[in-house]
Amino acid sequence: MPKAVFPRIGLHRESPYPSRRSSRARSRVVLSIAVAGVSIGALTACGGPGGGGPSAENSNTVTIATNIGGEEAAQLEKSWAAWAKDNNITIKLNTDKGFEQRIQSQVQANKTPDLAIFSQPGLLADLAKKKALQPANDEVQAALKKNYPADWQRYGTVDGTVYGVPILATVKGFIWYSPSLFAERGWNVPDTWQGLLDLTAKIRADTSAPPWCAGFSAGAASGWPGTDWIEDVVLRQSGPEVYDDWVENKIPFSDPRIQSAFEETGKILLNPDYVNAGFGSPTSINATGYGDEIAAAFKSGKCVLTHQASFFDTFAQSAGLSVGPDADLWAFPTPGFGTDGGKNNAVTGAGDTVAAFNTKAASAKVLAYLASPEWANSRVKLGGVISPNTGLDPDAASSPILKESISVLQNPDITFRFDASDLMPAAVGTTSFLTGITDWIDGGSLPDITRKIDASWPVK
Amino acid sequence: MPELFDWIATLPVLLQGVVIIAVFVAVVGLIVLAVEYLPRPGRGGTIFRISLAVLVPVIILALLHTYDIAIAAGALVGLGLFLLDRRARRGAGSLLQLWAFLAPAGALLILGLVIPFIRTVLFAFQDDSGTEFVGFENFAWIFSNPDNLITVGNTLIWVLVAPAASTILGLIYAVFIDNSRGEKIYKLLVFLPMAISFVGASIIWRLVYQARPADEAQVGLMNAVLGMVGLGPVDPLSSAPANTFAMIVVFVWIQVGFAMVVLSAAIKGVPAEQHEAAALDGASAFRRFTQVTIPWIRPTLIVVLSTASIASLKVFDIVIAMTNGRNSSGVLAQQMYERFTLGENGRAAAFALLLCILVIPLIVINVRNLRRSREGQ
Amino acid sequence: MTASTVLDPNTRPNLPPEKPRTLDRVREKLSSKTATIAALLIAILWTLPTLGLLVSSFRTPDAVATSGWWTAFTDGGLTLDNYEAIFDPTRVYVNIGEGLLNSLAITIPGAILPLGLALLAAYAFAWIPFRGRNWIFIGIFALQIVPIQMVMVPLLRLFSSGEIFGTVVVRPLGGDSGFASIWLAHTILALPLTIFLLHNFIASLPNDLFEAARIDGAGHGQIFLRIVLPLAMPAIASIAIFQFLWVWNDLLIALVFSSSDQNPITVMLTNMVGTQGQNTFLLSAAAFISIIIPLLVFLGLQRYFVRGLLAGATKG
Repeated sequence: MPKAVFPRIGLHRESPYPSRRSSRARSRVVLSIAVAGVSIGALTACGGPGGGGPSAENSNTVTIATNIGGEEAAQLEKSWAAWAKDNNITIKLNTDKGFEQRIQSQVQANKTPDLAIFSQPGLLADLAKKKALQPANDEVQAALKKNYPADWQRYGTVDGTVYGVPILATVKGFIWYSPSLFAERGWNVPDTWQGLLDLTAKIRADTSAPPWCAGFSAGAASGWPGTDWIEDVVLRQSGPEVYDDWVENKIPFSDPRIQSAFEETGKILLNPDYVNAGFGSPTSINATGYGDEIAAAFKSGKCVLTHQASFFDTFAQSAGLSVGPDADLWAFPTPGFGTDGGKNNAVTGAGDTVAAFNTKAASAKVLAYLASPEWANSRVKLGGVISPNTGLDPDAASSPILKESISVLQNPDITFRFDASDLMPAAVGTTSFLTGITDWIDGGSLPDITRKIDASWPVK
Repeated sequence: MPELFDWIATLPVLLQGVVIIAVFVAVVGLIVLAVEYLPRPGRGGTIFRISLAVLVPVIILALLHTYDIAIAAGALVGLGLFLLDRRARRGAGSLLQLWAFLAPAGALLILGLVIPFIRTVLFAFQDDSGTEFVGFENFAWIFSNPDNLITVGNTLIWVLVAPAASTILGLIYAVFIDNSRGEKIYKLLVFLPMAISFVGASIIWRLVYQARPADEAQVGLMNAVLGMVGLGPVDPLSSAPANTFAMIVVFVWIQVGFAMVVLSAAIKGVPAEQHEAAALDGASAFRRFTQVTIPWIRPTLIVVLSTASIASLKVFDIVIAMTNGRNSSGVLAQQMYERFTLGENGRAAAFALLLCILVIPLIVINVRNLRRSREGQ
Repeated sequence: MTASTVLDPNTRPNLPPEKPRTLDRVREKLSSKTATIAALLIAILWTLPTLGLLVSSFRTPDAVATSGWWTAFTDGGLTLDNYEAIFDPTRVYVNIGEGLLNSLAITIPGAILPLGLALLAAYAFAWIPFRGRNWIFIGIFALQIVPIQMVMVPLLRLFSSGEIFGTVVVRPLGGDSGFASIWLAHTILALPLTIFLLHNFIASLPNDLFEAARIDGAGHGQIFLRIVLPLAMPAIASIAIFQFLWVWNDLLIALVFSSSDQNPITVMLTNMVGTQGQNTFLLSAAAFISIIIPLLVFLGLQRYFVRGLLAGATKG
């Protein structure tokens, strides 16, 4: 380690710089730098530093972040391509499967997209409350009022302010079965919950194999098909008012009515005689993928019944199964709990909502377009999805189950409720409720699980 | 500065990296030039100094946010330089040059590590918006929630098992292959996983762990082997605490290569005389190993252990990619991220602080090691 | 990171340049047949999982779903289709090609920026004496152990709004500043370790060289460029490789600091794991693509890399 003070060095070897003179000279130098620094600093301040470079307000490129990917994303891009070209707007769809997790850091990093497609109104509400989202302008609000049922308008509205436009919808709670197998065996589609349990017992007795298959594995969102079960049963067993209060945590998970929904569902899902067809014991539910693997179980004939949303259609078709009332696979809605009024006529569903992170003119224009019946029809025609837009032509739907779904959505006699886990705050809906479901399938104690979920509600 | 980045962002993806490196090399070159020519007399030196006198404030201005702060910083830098030079005149060494060398890294470390560190400590005692102090509420939440206690427990399992396992395995392997034929190939095969990301390794091991129902053919290596000896299929990732150990295996798989290479070098340094003396005393191979080799390589063992301990405390990618914390397999680093993604900054910071507290003893061990070696110089 | 210990001075006394003959005989007894077999077993065990991934990535979806990868050696059923599929964004949820480009754009500056700054600082710590040098150096050394989680949120805010303790001080990065925040984050987080490692090496260069240069009239700038930079190349290279692997394999920093269109391949893989547990065949192809580049870098530069490490380790 060098310890000696370095010799002062001049320009040429022959004329080493005397140290006293050098340091005095340098002192002057440095002083002048300092003075010049301050004065020039003050001078250039006229041109001055501004804030951060805002992304151009009048840019014609609109980025949309979403967790929709693959074929579905390609269809989205196709659905607005013509309009975007006519209006000279470039729409860039950024698929990120971890969108829900990433958006929080992007908000803190000021790296938000222009628009985002939210699968969870709960997340949208959270970001709106943090002032990360921008309220919709008048044009968008007018389009929303005109084209959507009041129920659906709510999902993009937070504390009376409109932020988002619902674009896609799914009807949940279908129970899928094989019509031909049912006819052959003489099984009948049940119209009450008890009827469903009786049917299950009968199939078990007839085949001595578990009739139900279920798959809750979905990566970070594993467990969500289970939340759909619970939600369906809560809505049908206890009614929409209880359901709404539950969503808002006015009724906790530990409430007997919610616990009862778990218990009723457990009569099927936790019974080793009834599940998991083609996969093993009930705990294999957590390890089974919700889509392709379930479709394969139907294809192989091992599985007779499964509970899944309308989009199971897509998985069934890609497994080579036809879907329709007389085809390989068809579905009936989860039956209600009996005679008590409207409870039989209730369905749950979910959807995607678009909202803007900035006030860019082009973003608002895209938002207004996505709220129009023109876009809804353009997208639905491409297949695979439906829209809650009232201007949607039911004939645009690409498959029987989607037609059925549209008629359910547009039927004023059927009570519709949005997927509760998507409405709850993320800390519950996409976190503790999900782990609660997987723990419950793994055999955890129900009171413990519901207590944990209740404890996870964010402090107000 | 932000304008520079904005401009770079408009370039094609690969060009962006090239441009930033070019800009960076130019800046470093400028600093080195400044250091070289700043003290030189004559006209060249004067021109250089004047141009620097223009450049430095412009750079400062470009970086700072408002005029007031920029002017204050300019004045501060000026004053600092003046004082430095007075000291330099008294013969304390060329501090100006020292600052030119240290300032860029120093500024980044203070702005990017030291201040954020202090900020996060405060976050841990604040609400999610980082404005109101809430005392120990975030910690109370951590320690009152059974799931979080499991998380803390899992982290402790990690730090107790993973470093020991990888070090012991690495040591055994190093001994086994020492001077054997094909030592290099043996080393390479075990060293190779070090180049693989935790995410990649997790995917590799998910394949190994795959479980199918008992009546179907097993497609995962582990269950296929278990099936051959008549054991039923198990899914190690689906239940605690097996999932934590299954993930530790992945960590060990990566870490052993490092331990092995370092320890192998250390073993080769054991003096032959000591081995021979022990052999003459009639000590068995095993005794020679425990009584000669181990004491000799002890310092290296400590270093390998503490490195692995730090890595296992910070483990994040494996848990995210394999279980995402499901089935009670969460660890502190991953739970911190989960809280962060839920917008709960206070609880996230509390997790981070907890993690940091667990790391402190390891810092102390390492610093002590470092000081000892520096004093030895 | 793991490099610290390789270059740690503590390993120094254990690395003599050559080993005496007599030792070999002693060792022969130690490395018995069982040891060789055990070593062979471990080596196979360590290689099989990666081989499994490689084979799986070439198998058809049906084959992957119904039989183990080892059956491919007898049954065949190999295809290139998986590799075609992962580069087709309509078939997978992510765009692997884009991910590779992003990874490169993040990794190359992420490896070089901290090295440059650390070289300057390491030189100062090694060859410019000043008061408190040891303490500051130890402080920097201790900083390397700070978990990323501990600085993540304030760092995000610093980049996005220039704010320190609620006061806006530095000019923030714009909303569309590309990879800037990831580069900066990687640079900042790599600095402590890089400074430490380079210092170890640079401080070990012989003093005579510096004296001679000074007599020749070279200032710190010249010494740095003409002596330190060329001589430290082995250390620079080995640290650059380490840093390259580190940044390429990073997940957390990318998750937190990149926007959705800047995802490196690790983030995309995590996304694929999350959504397509069933599409094992695509996942293994994508995973293999992601590990092939660091693996090649590692294999190609391995000798150089180890030599650099040992050179750094034998001098403290």
